[in-house]
Amino acid sequence: MFIIKCPYCGERDHTEFSYGGEAHIVRPKQPTELSDDQWAEYLFMRKNIKGLQYERWNHSHGCRQWFNVARDTSNDKIHLIYKMGENPPK
Amino acid sequence: MSSKFRLQSGGEINRSEAISFKFNGKTFFGYKGDTLASALLANGIHLVGRSFKYHRPRGFLGSGSEEPNAIVQVYKDEAKKEPNVRATEIEIFEGLEAKSQNCWPSVNFDFGEINNLFSPIIPAGFYYKTFMWPAKFWKKYEYFIRKSAGLGISATQRDPDLYDHKYYHCEVLIVGSGPAGLAAALIAAKTEKKVLLVDEKPEIGGSLIGSNDNVIRINNDTPKDWIKKTYLELLKNKNVQILNRTSVASYHNYNYLIMVQNLTDHLNENDKKNKIRQRLWKVRAKKVILATGSIERTMIFDCNDRPGIMLSSAVRKYLNHYAVKCGNNAIIFANNDDAYETALSLHSKGVKIKAIIDIREESNGDLVKKCTDLGLKIMWKHSVVSTGGHKKIDKVFVMKLSADNNSVVGDKIKINCDLLCVSGGYTPAVHLFTQSGGKLSFDEKKFYFYPVKTTLNQISIGSCSGIFNLKKIIQDSNLKVNDFLKTEIKNEIIVSDYNSGNFKNIWLLPSDKVTGKTKSFVDFQNDSTANDIKLALREGFKSIEHVKRYTTTGMATDQGKISNMHALGIISEITKTKMGELGTTTFRPPYTPLTFGALVGRNVKQFFDITRETPMHSWHKKKGAKFEDVGQWKRAWYYPVNNENMHDAVQRESKAARNNAGILDASTLGKIDIQGRDANEFLNRIYTNAWSKLDIGKCRYGLMLNEDGMVYDDGVTTRLGENHYIMTTTTGGAATVMNKLEDYLQTEWPELKVFLTSVTDHFATVSVCGPNSKKILEKIVKNINFEDQKFPHMSFKDGIIDNIKCRVMRISFTGELSYEINIQANYGKAVWEKCMDAGKEFKITPYGTEAMHLLRAEKGFVIVGQETDGTITPVDLQMDWIVSKKKYDFIGKRSLYRSDTMKDGRKQMVGLLTTDPNEILEEGAQIVAEVKKKPPMNMLGHVTSSYYSPNLKKSIALALVKNGKNLKGKKLYVPMQNKIIEVIVSDSVFLDKEGNKLNA
Ligand SMILES: [Zn+2]
Repeated sequence: MFIIKCPYCGERDHTEFSYGGEAHIVRPKQPTELSDDQWAEYLFMRKNIKGLQYERWNHSHGCRQWFNVARDTSNDKIHLIYKMGENPPK
Repeated sequence: MSSKFRLQSGGEINRSEAISFKFNGKTFFGYKGDTLASALLANGIHLVGRSFKYHRPRGFLGSGSEEPNAIVQVYKDEAKKEPNVRATEIEIFEGLEAKSQNCWPSVNFDFGEINNLFSPIIPAGFYYKTFMWPAKFWKKYEYFIRKSAGLGISATQRDPDLYDHKYYHCEVLIVGSGPAGLAAALIAAKTEKKVLLVDEKPEIGGSLIGSNDNVIRINNDTPKDWIKKTYLELLKNKNVQILNRTSVASYHNYNYLIMVQNLTDHLNENDKKNKIRQRLWKVRAKKVILATGSIERTMIFDCNDRPGIMLSSAVRKYLNHYAVKCGNNAIIFANNDDAYETALSLHSKGVKIKAIIDIREESNGDLVKKCTDLGLKIMWKHSVVSTGGHKKIDKVFVMKLSADNNSVVGDKIKINCDLLCVSGGYTPAVHLFTQSGGKLSFDEKKFYFYPVKTTLNQISIGSCSGIFNLKKIIQDSNLKVNDFLKTEIKNEIIVSDYNSGNFKNIWLLPSDKVTGKTKSFVDFQNDSTANDIKLALREGFKSIEHVKRYTTTGMATDQGKISNMHALGIISEITKTKMGELGTTTFRPPYTPLTFGALVGRNVKQFFDITRETPMHSWHKKKGAKFEDVGQWKRAWYYPVNNENMHDAVQRESKAARNNAGILDASTLGKIDIQGRDANEFLNRIYTNAWSKLDIGKCRYGLMLNEDGMVYDDGVTTRLGENHYIMTTTTGGAATVMNKLEDYLQTEWPELKVFLTSVTDHFATVSVCGPNSKKILEKIVKNINFEDQKFPHMSFKDGIIDNIKCRVMRISFTGELSYEINIQANYGKAVWEKCMDAGKEFKITPYGTEAMHLLRAEKGFVIVGQETDGTITPVDLQMDWIVSKKKYDFIGKRSLYRSDTMKDGRKQMVGLLTTDPNEILEEGAQIVAEVKKKPPMNMLGHVTSSYYSPNLKKSIALALVKNGKNLKGKKLYVPMQNKIIEVIVSDSVFLDKEGNKLNA
């Protein structure tokens, strides 16, 4: 039930957006060189944090752009929104 | 028409407008302004229901949404039966019909009351313990439990009423219009801000409604007059909107609130017509002021549930607001000074106060002094130990409390009465506050939970924040609201002040009876007693959430508005745990029950979901096609001729497509236009096969995997130009494929210059197949040379039909020679009709999706979602040929080399032929190698597609079978309910393995 400030469109109701899981998981550039365990780590393992979590959101019923959100999963407070390709704050 | 218990004057009812209504089949009269509760009480009716478990007679306890007993069924007809409505909230109208719930056969004579006589056998958890085993008996138990418990009956027909939804944004939302809410509204009104004030009751005023004029004065007016003046004052401000009969159902994060506004329930049938019954408001507020008030507590003593035992504040409201006496001989039972306002009110209206029983030792409050001055009998440090009277209270038994309050001492005094007003203090209504994520704290001296911490832009004011003195409420609200809105608005409201004595709390009052012999009800609606809670604790339940579920305390439709605090208190006393450490139970939305109508609003019938129709839809409909739903699309399923059944129609259509010509509406297939410098590289990365060498004007079938290696979608993509492709997806996969492609482009490969546009709806697709298809196309698309060398299979040409550009692809999903015409959607129907005309001499036959499925199954072509289910790799489908070994990477490639996807014994797609060629397998049927007498049997897989092939004149099926690729020729079995079907594993391509027809 939250409000998300799309970096391209501004504040919108969260029903306009879709969730895309944990952010900053980069698809390996050379998958064939990875062991099964390493590939499984990329493919299946996600943190699912209670607290501040970096995640991906898509403005699917709007500009359709993906971006990153730093959200506290315990109270849905959004601390920061930043574009794809930008680094998470330290 | 005057009723026995109605006062001659006073109250906010309109005596000139009499209203007749029916309750339990009997006609009564009330006045405009009455609730069902006040009108029945005016007629001397207290008995309105039976309790859930013991079927004890129950009457009105409260006067609002907290009411646990007076739950009725409102009845008009089969479409408009409404269960679980609180009689205290129903405003009467001419023609209203209501019935008691939970009594059978009638409220006065109830078979279930036998439960009451045997009540020791129905302790907490009784249903859990008794009716569990054997499992097959449950149906029988359930029938009797349901019949005698009966929490109302739902409507059996479609709700004919209109419901509406509304989205609303405001700067200040004030919930509750009691003294605090009104003070806040007066301040907010003077700002430029957009203000919304809501209250669940028909009138504004909150706790001031029904207060005693002689006790309280506001700005030298009676409370009634001050409310009226304030209302008019607020209406003058254009920035303020006031909604009554509007209850906040839920309060979510980011100040998102859902409220339901009742618009017509209080009107008579004629005025209801063509009006919206309820409107669901979805509100986003910048700031929220909660002024939700408080709920009076009852007290827990033996037989505290008889009709005629009521909350003191409710009795006062019935008297002062509705001009109804709830009895003639009243006893007040109190632990605070507020009850004395009720005593004074009753006394002034001629009700005899038989006694005021107060568990405190004394009080120096002004109201107590007034009662003493009037000569009312006050019994200090006494407690009610039990009550008498069957369908209505007729006496109470009173004893003195011991010095430590742990027991009762001395003689048992009997006092006759017909009304017992109980006042156990007030509980702040913090439901919405906690729903919004706010944290509570327990005040160990004042015995209540109050709001302390919120992360939202929100404040709680008035009695919901734990302030009960009117003067303090006004002062505190003015201060808090000014601070909250960052204003300095002077809001002078002068309240006559009186001094109150302290409140004293005992959660479970002592009794002269031994434990186990008392019936001290905590939750009236679910019939749980203090003994049930004790039993649960003895049986080892510790967490409040567990005790609550085991005893069902607080789990009825009132969500424990009355019962929760006492349940907590009793647990705390027994376990010697501080209330603050016990924690509260979670208050879940909705605050009061919601109708399904309000929830769905206008999204009913044709508005329930979007339906998508192709440009040729009206043609299919005219030809009598049956449709199937594919996602939101309506697709022509088959076209029955001369009352054919489905089987016959599909057989005829399938034969025609192979022997002459068939025409299919393929417009629903997803279409994505792909352009850009790196389009080719992009396709290489998302499909399993190689795309770099696809020439312009050529088409290629592609398989798309998930990163986990499982088949995700398939379709044909055509290279239209150097950097221009058109991709087709499955009908159901169009949107998700688009999402996935955008995701990879934006997040993994932003360096690729590729632009995607969904064009599914822009084109109509007419697919013509069969040996005669070429001749038909030649007649229609005259600018194309259809010679095989010029226009081979898997290629594309720009065509022109009547000066309209189109794209013609020679591709096939049936295995026949086949062409697809893609044309601007609005020409779709015209082109379809042109094909039908041109094809007439070639016996063209329209075929639907069912025949299409059959035709492709004959060729062993998979349907993603039918042969696959998200656990199937291309290798499992025996489609290794489409997986490039040369490409360094594509989505899902690495996963095809995981130990799990490479292991032996995975399920693989095979064909199945039944030994009896006329036996058709059931899709979804399980396959075994060895039939045992009864399950369990080792299941090897299941049938995914199954048809009778008219072209091969035998039954064919596709299946996923463990180790299937090594089982060719082996006999397997499909056990069905009445028979076992023998099958032989075969190749999955049943017809034209060489593909001669395609290139014919
Ligand atoms: Zn956007």
